[in-house]
Amino acid sequence: MHRVAGIAIAAVLASVSIVACSSSTGGGAGNTGAATAGGIKKGLTVYFIPKDTQNPYEVLADQGGQKALAEVGGKVVVSSGTQDTAAAQIPSIQAAIQAHAAAIAIAGNDPSALCPSLNQASRAGIKIVSFDSDINCGSSPDHLFINQADTRQIGTSEVDLLAKQINSTGQIAILSAAASATNQNAWIGYMKQQLAKYPNMKLVTTVYGNDDPATSLTVLQGLLSAYPDLKGIISPTTVGISTAAQYFDTHKDIAAKIVLTGLGLPSQMKSYVLDGTVKSFELWNPSNLGYLAGYAAASLASGSASLQTGASFKAGSLGSYQVAAASGTTGPSVVLGPPTVFDASNISQFNF
Amino acid sequence: MSTDTAARPVRRFESLLRARELGIAIVIVLVVAITAVRNSNFLDAQSVQQLLSGAALIALLSVGETMVIITRNVDLSVGSTVGLSAYVFGDLFKYQHISVVAGFAVGIVLGAVVGAVNGLVTTVLRVPSLVVTLAMLYVIRGVDGMIVNGHTIDPTAIPHAFTEVGYRTLFGVPWLAIIVIVVVAVAGYAMRSFRASRDLYAIGSNPEAAALAGIPAGRRVFTAFVISGTLAGLAGALFLALHAQVDNSGGIGYELAVVAAVVVGGVAIFGGSGTVVGAALGALLLNTINQALVASKVSSFWNMAVAGGLLLAAIAFDRWLSLRVARGLKSARGVHRDV
Amino acid sequence: MTSDMATRARHSPGDEGTDTAGRRARWRSAARWEVGLVVVLIGVLVFGAGESSTFVDPTTFFYLGINIGYIAIMALPMTLIVMTGEIDLSVASMLGLSGSVLGVLWHHGWSFVPAVVVALLVGALGGALNGILVAKAGLPSIAVTIGTLTLFRGLAEILLGSLTVPAAGDRQFPAALTNIGVAPIPGTQLSYTTVIFLVLAVVCGVVLHATPLGRAMHAVGLQPEAAQFSGIRVRRIKFWLYVVSGVVCAFAGMLLTLQNSSVSYSAGTGLELNVVAIVLFGGVSIFGGRGTVVGVVLSVAIFGALQMALTQLNVQPEIQNIITGALLLISVVVPNGGEAIGRLRERIKRK
Repeated sequence: MHRVAGIAIAAVLASVSIVACSSSTGGGAGNTGAATAGGIKKGLTVYFIPKDTQNPYEVLADQGGQKALAEVGGKVVVSSGTQDTAAAQIPSIQAAIQAHAAAIAIAGNDPSALCPSLNQASRAGIKIVSFDSDINCGSSPDHLFINQADTRQIGTSEVDLLAKQINSTGQIAILSAAASATNQNAWIGYMKQQLAKYPNMKLVTTVYGNDDPATSLTVLQGLLSAYPDLKGIISPTTVGISTAAQYFDTHKDIAAKIVLTGLGLPSQMKSYVLDGTVKSFELWNPSNLGYLAGYAAASLASGSASLQTGASFKAGSLGSYQVAAASGTTGPSVVLGPPTVFDASNISQFNF
Repeated sequence: MSTDTAARPVRRFESLLRARELGIAIVIVLVVAITAVRNSNFLDAQSVQQLLSGAALIALLSVGETMVIITRNVDLSVGSTVGLSAYVFGDLFKYQHISVVAGFAVGIVLGAVVGAVNGLVTTVLRVPSLVVTLAMLYVIRGVDGMIVNGHTIDPTAIPHAFTEVGYRTLFGVPWLAIIVIVVVAVAGYAMRSFRASRDLYAIGSNPEAAALAGIPAGRRVFTAFVISGTLAGLAGALFLALHAQVDNSGGIGYELAVVAAVVVGGVAIFGGSGTVVGAALGALLLNTINQALVASKVSSFWNMAVAGGLLLAAIAFDRWLSLRVARGLKSARGVHRDV
Repeated sequence: MTSDMATRARHSPGDEGTDTAGRRARWRSAARWEVGLVVVLIGVLVFGAGESSTFVDPTTFFYLGINIGYIAIMALPMTLIVMTGEIDLSVASMLGLSGSVLGVLWHHGWSFVPAVVVALLVGALGGALNGILVAKAGLPSIAVTIGTLTLFRGLAEILLGSLTVPAAGDRQFPAALTNIGVAPIPGTQLSYTTVIFLVLAVVCGVVLHATPLGRAMHAVGLQPEAAQFSGIRVRRIKFWLYVVSGVVCAFAGMLLTLQNSSVSYSAGTGLELNVVAIVLFGGVSIFGGRGTVVGVVLSVAIFGALQMALTQLNVQPEIQNIITGALLLISVVVPNGGEAIGRLRERIKRK
């Protein structure tokens, strides 16, 4: 009995030690070192806290951030959980505080639940940058939102893209992600506004696929069955659009009736575009988003950027960016650029 | 005389069981009918095919889960196994260019190994299966995450010939559904005809009596777990065919859906009774309701609440049914005594 | 799941029942398990302090309390329920439902105290539903609570939908209360939730180990039929345990809402399995009748400290999953493994 217990406990502790020794230790130097060109201090550590550690889109963004910090002699620690919840991200924020990180770049799973922890981080002198999915904490903590594209523009361009393909006439639906995702709801809000310009187009419903292929498929099928006259579907989430595209690809009669567009990863959508199932969709380069977020975080931490409207900073090879004023529930933000439209003519050029 | 009165309650019990399966089938038809009234497309060929293929994976898992639950155990690791099997299959497809057959083999063997581990720890170490399979749920999910490592298997990596299984039909019935129906039919036949299957029921009803009767409980339970794991591995391969893509999120939450389907399908959670056909029908019913709610334009926010309520109703109904059977058996015995 | 005589046979010899000899034997084996837990806890602390430069920060203890306090609070009624041979998988969904009730009422302008009272009432009602179905109607608790797990979460979703309450511009929760999420008790590094947990743990421990009610719970778990015949109101105890669980989980939901200064319907999704893992690793037997509150407290500390250390070391979160699973396996393999080896030895001897 004791031998078994001993072996078992030893095995656990041994495996945990092996695992710990083979992974990098967290924490970093903080704000030490002289400034480099562009006024960024060397040796900065930025904690990237994506929605979760596995989402391919987030992984690309993290890699972009790592590239940026490497260019300025700093480093990135990517820390998050496996589930898309606030509870999974709070321990990472705590780790960043304890490690005296220079800045945190976070893609928020929840607009409000992270605020108390981020506030603590901010009061400890850590600069806060949000990317992909913003946080809504009111006036504190001060933070800069790295927007992948202008929120309104994402919403309006999605509707415009679809309208062109369905002759601005017919019933449309939205296949979204999680019902509480900040970015989704913001884009959908602008989509609804833009639809007012198309009196012959009607949004019949929004269904939620939770960024999970199985759920997305189920709600898609229900959608198709509930609205037989559907002419178009906008899916502003990479999981939703690829699930729908796969379904359309194997049910060509539906693909002929309904136009599918949205936000998708070129790597996932390539075959569907090349065989005509999907004509066009949008996105931006998530790796550039992370790269920009990395530079923004490093610049804020070095004092070479600020949250003032019009303040500018250099983001390596992406050039110079200016801080846009706060508006509505969004605080000061920086926009990466306009969304890119992918279609048969350019999709083969991208490998993300 | 004694055979007569003893046979009566047994026959009544069996007929009640079959009534349960028939009952579920009737409810399914009712749900479809009610929904079709509000939305005639629900009766479309397309729509019906979706009902079948949407339930296919959970129904497949229900077969193995039924065998395990009949022996008074439970297998909570099936969801994680589906995810791991699907990703490994996809990964080998993409990077090693293995054939479809080899891929299925890998998925099935993987599932069988997981099932064997569950079975061994449960039977040899006499560890409660709830705990073992719960632990395996975590461990396999973690291992899957480490293998996936932020990547995803895209549709471009999956040959079309394979994904055809996900949507092609034979006489209007999706291949996916046909595969599952064949499995259910074979399992259903096996559960009614083989002595080993009757052993499973005996073990679940009264483990002590089963042991005294010389039933090799350890071996039977082990086999049940291996079958459950194997079917989960197969479901993982079919997952890849159906969705043509997979990352680390495959199969998450399936275990609760399967247990729900099995319970709705009339399998007693205490073991000893229930059929694989009933369980598969339970899976079909739950999926039908899900799709019916969406097709009826009921807000998707209501899905979970309805599913929960349904599950509770099914459990209560099951209990009521088994109480009636028990009363029936008691009264039959009473009649026998009087005579 | 455990109401059959046959499953009783799986208990190890030595708990002959609720008499003093049986009780003493159970105490001995429990003490052995707790000593093991203390060893593991020390191991985790040494590991954390040795590998992570920030583990010994005073704030570590505070953060640990924030992260695991509300989960630990839910583990206490779960311990009592598992002691009686049942289970409650709806705990995390009740946390979400009560939080959603609080949120939706707050959103409609209710003041805090009445909203909390209603949320706790909802907890009691949900617990009562579980209690009626399990205790009075005799339905299997694992199936019932999977049903209520889904039902409660579904109700939460109906209440809040895609809302997060309160939004940035709206009326915020009272600052004095949401302070529990950012500041420890003045002069210490204890989070308020840690103290609440410890107080509740003491109450729980006293009830379970030093009162007739507690002894009755042991008896119900060990030998339900005998307990029934000896006059213990088995159904009444189980019913009220579920009600208590509902209220405590609702209370935990309120604490989490204050800690985060906000709530959405998905709060706490998936945590029920964590709670079960903590309780089982604490030495509480899934069959009922065995376990101590001290063990559960130690288990909470181990899980919390391990999570802190691994996050500080930036170990992949998937590995944390594997470790949780491994710990769970160990918690049952070790006591049972010894018996299995004993059985093997006997079989070899017989040959």
